[in-house]
Amino acid sequence: MTPSLQVMEYHLVNYRRTWRASVLSSLVLPLLTMLGFGVGVGAYVTGGVEGVDYLPWMVPGLIASTAVQGAIGESTWPVLSSFEWVKTYFAQSAAPLRVADILGGHLAFMLFRVLTSVMAFLLVAALFGALRSPWALAVLPIALLLALAVAAPVAAYTASVSTDMYLAILIRFAVLPMSLFSGVFFPIESLPEVLRWVAFVLPLWHGVDLCRAATLGIDPGPGAVWQALYLVAWGVAGWFLAHWRYRGRLVI
Amino acid sequence: MNSLIHARGLIKRFEGFTAVDGIDVDVRAGEAFGFLGPNGAGKSSTMRMIGCVSPPTDGVLRILGMDPRRDGPRIRARLGVCPQLDNLDPELTVRENLTTYARFFGIPRRVARARADELLDFVQLSERADSRVEPLSGGMKRRLTIARALVNEPDLVLLDEPTTGLDPQARHLVWERLFRLKQQGVTLVLTTHYMDEAEQLCDRLVVMDGGRIVAEGSPRALIETHSTREVVELRFPTDDQSGYADKLAGIGDRAEVLPDRILLYVGDGDDALAEVHRRSLSPASALVRRSSLEDVFLHLTGRTLVD
Ligand SMILES: Nc1ncnc2c1ncn2[C@@H]1O[C@H](COP(=O)(O)OP(=O)(O)OP(=O)(O)O)[C@@H](O)[C@H]1O
Ligand SMILES: [Mg+2]
Repeated sequence: MTPSLQVMEYHLVNYRRTWRASVLSSLVLPLLTMLGFGVGVGAYVTGGVEGVDYLPWMVPGLIASTAVQGAIGESTWPVLSSFEWVKTYFAQSAAPLRVADILGGHLAFMLFRVLTSVMAFLLVAALFGALRSPWALAVLPIALLLALAVAAPVAAYTASVSTDMYLAILIRFAVLPMSLFSGVFFPIESLPEVLRWVAFVLPLWHGVDLCRAATLGIDPGPGAVWQALYLVAWGVAGWFLAHWRYRGRLVI
Repeated sequence: MNSLIHARGLIKRFEGFTAVDGIDVDVRAGEAFGFLGPNGAGKSSTMRMIGCVSPPTDGVLRILGMDPRRDGPRIRARLGVCPQLDNLDPELTVRENLTTYARFFGIPRRVARARADELLDFVQLSERADSRVEPLSGGMKRRLTIARALVNEPDLVLLDEPTTGLDPQARHLVWERLFRLKQQGVTLVLTTHYMDEAEQLCDRLVVMDGGRIVAEGSPRALIETHSTREVVELRFPTDDQSGYADKLAGIGDRAEVLPDRILLYVGDGDDALAEVHRRSLSPASALVRRSSLEDVFLHLTGRTLVD
């Protein structure tokens, strides 16, 4: 545990250079999207969705989507750079750290980054009156779980490629469809059967669903437990995959 | 067993390619030990096994009396590693590169800061402590990497080509610092292409070629065993030096024909040169010098060392 924290500390020191800009953008982004989507698009969606106004209905989806975007942002280029360009991981492996410490410390930092931007989003959403229940605080652990469910397998993918061309492919063919078909902007019930299954299989929709129940204060029922466990499964499987790929690249 | 490094029949294979082909090595505490060899000899592969980041394919390897396969982190806690290619963090400051690295060894922040300042002083980078690493010169980065390798006060320091790519001034500064470390009793293991580096710093060295050890001993002993006392370098005004080889037959122990010159291995260089002139051969240039490790290497592998 402690060695992972030491690795995380390194990433935090590195982050210190850019935190101002990064905090600013994590505030500006929700502001703009809420103005654009919530107020602008919301004006067209009269009558709301599932009996809820469009803005409060969509905000939890955007928060979950922000968590996923953050998780992917941190587990693609920064990870490849740590292997290929700056070679941070190789410097770390010469110290008394194990592969699990190097991976764990970096993932912990990724979760920290996601947590800060989700907190910023929650704050902005609260100011816009888009949160309907104190259960909205449950968004924080849900976002962390969702972020792990995405960051761990994506880190495993990044650790398996050698150029960032493959990262661009991942964004185009996996991330973009996932963001569109996971119930962020409209309910997945309006999707054809096949695409609905895409939403069921990928992690984002489960996070969206859980976040939505939280901010709207709706009882999600026992299905929520299964959704959370499904995200845990993505996270655990992702961890083992990533550990295996990291090991293959660092211990040669 | 008081060897810090003990290897028997050590082998490293990469997908069928054998990079290190059964080497035996013992390095004792306080020694400065060198791996000398051309590109691809297997020096870095060996260093990475010793540094416990690359598991041996076969053979025995004990570092500080422990088994790298089982005790990797415990061993690495007592090693300092300067890899062949710098992997500093270019975005962090010079000092932060040391302090964050020190944290990986569980060194408290305050101690890390104090030690960073000491080490920056040692490698003469104090003035750059707060500047980013990226714009530093190659020599400065190398010195910082060496400082980083010392941040945990290691028992054993591994330096993979510490001075390759540095200008002569920077190289001499690094040598001087390494020499001081050696005097402080730190055990040094280094790889190099530079014969003068090996002669200056190493108490003992092995010459590697094609993954094997082809000779071993002190620089002095190696020169005595594998070369003559002096060497005469002759350049003839022609594209084909080999035409002169016959005409030089019998002078000294042996001759080595290189594309641009001929080397005569002799006991007494001036006598040999006199004999060359007596045979009415007139080289464009002639140089008598003491034999060096370069000659040992040439003799052992039949090749010159080129970077
Ligand atoms: N990860 C690897 N995969 C495959 N082959 C490798 C790997 N690492 C090294 N080799 C091969 O092993 C051989 C020895 O490489 P090594 O880096 O140990 O040589 P070296 O003596 O350090 O050379 P140099 O002086 O160029 O640094 C080379 O032929 C190299 O191509
Ligand atoms: Mg090498």
